[in-house]
This record gives sequence, structure tokens and C-alpha cells, in this order.
Amino acid sequence: MSVAAEGPSNRTLRLIAIGTMAGVFSGLFGVGGGTVMVPLLMLWLGYEERMATATSLAAIVFIAAYAAGVQGLYGNVRVLDALEIGLPAVAGVLIGTWLQQRLRARSIALMFAAVLVASALELVLR
Amino acid sequence: MTGAIAVGLAGGVIAGLLGVGGGVLFVPGLVIFLGLDQHHAEATSLLAIVPVAMVGTIRQDRYGNVARRDALVLGLVSLAGAAAGVALANSLSGRVLRDGFAALMVLVAFQLVRRTLREEAVPAPGGESAHTDRPQSRPPP
Repeated sequence: MSVAAEGPSNRTLRLIAIGTMAGVFSGLFGVGGGTVMVPLLMLWLGYEERMATATSLAAIVFIAAYAAGVQGLYGNVRVLDALEIGLPAVAGVLIGTWLQQRLRARSIALMFAAVLVASALELVLR
Repeated sequence: MTGAIAVGLAGGVIAGLLGVGGGVLFVPGLVIFLGLDQHHAEATSLLAIVPVAMVGTIRQDRYGNVARRDALVLGLVSLAGAAAGVALANSLSGRVLRDGFAALMVLVAFQLVRRTLREEAVPAPGGESAHTDRPQSRPPP
């Protein structure tokens, strides 16, 4: 792990900074925080991409569960809607993880980027 | 209903492929297809992410890709931040939150395109990105 190996405390500090930022991001936007964690794990800790995404996913379990609990206290969580999206998504994630080991996801990634931009426009113009 | 299932499935595939929780698709999906407001959509997305991330983690761990100790540290230190983020979200108007989220989506799209293009670029021999072309996907036990 190249440049990042500058001693354990430095490394721990970086992890703490990344985790804290990911937490705020997750709570604020209702996402897992992978957007923050993956690039920073690669940049600050020298993670290779696949390790970064997998490790970020594991951290997201804690972050999202906790943030969902806090949102629950505000009365904002719609449990049935969450199931309606979350259960098909579990099937999706099995497909996605399987694909990730086998192909370069170029076209899928680019298509997804287009979907994101289109949805962003839809949200803003609503 | 069909829309929600499609959003869930698509979000899951993206989550597995890119190692994200899928929330970046769940939130707009909940707003556009199920008519939730931004606050409810964000809160509901968080709950929907949990099983997705859990299953994805188990799969990835089987491939040996999860740095368990770091993941635990990240997960635990993030909790205070997550509570702060939720409080912040609930203090903002839906309009502001929604525009912020739209900006986030564009950022993720940009990250994706950049990552994809970087993967395309063949690293020069001896170049500093040389270590990236051998992912440590299966370290010896």
C-alpha cells in the first residue's frame, strides 16, 4: 500500500475522517456513503478499487442501519416502501456482484451515469 | 409497484457492481415512482439499503475483498456523523434537500464516467498506476 503507510495513528486518523464524512453524507442524503468512502479509501489509504468498494459496502451496513433508525425517530421511514424497493434490490445486488467479478462494467457504468443525470434533472425541474 | 421493483432491481445491480448501497437510485426512485417527498424518500432509502449492503458484503467477503477491521472502524466512527447528518437533513426544506441531492447525483455520474475512462486508459509501463491492474481480489487465506 504505497504512499499511505506512514504509521498506524495516521492511518487510523484517516479512517476516522473518512467514516465521519461518510456518516454525515449518509444521514444528510439518505445514501450509504460509498460515494465518499470509495474514492477516499483509494486516495488516502492506497486501496485498490475492488477492496475499496467491498470494504465500503461493509461499512454501509452499519451506517445505513443506524441512520435509518435515527430517521425512524423522526417518523420519516416508510417501512413498506423500503421493502418494495429493498427486496428486489437484494436480487439485483447478487447479479451486480457476480457481474463485477467477470466483466468490465463500462457500458453499464456509462448508462447508469446517464440515468443519474436524467433523474437529477427530473428532480430539479419537478 | 412495477416501477418500484424496477428501481429496486436496478439499484441493486448498481450496488453490487460499484460497491455503493444503491441509495443514489433509491431516493429519486421513491420520489419519482412512489411520490414520496424528499425527507421520506431519504429515510426510506436508508432502510432499503441495509439488506442490499448486507448481502453485497457477504458476497464480497467470500471473494476476499472486505478489509474487515477497516470496515468495522469506518462503520463505528461514522455513527455520530450519521446522526448529525440526519438532524441536518430534517432541519432543511425539502426543496433545498432535493436540489442538493440532484447535485450529488451529477457528482456520482461524473465519478463513474471518470473511473470508467481511467479503467480504459492503458497504463504506461512503469507508470505510477501500475499497481491497479492486479486487484487483490483473492489474497491467500
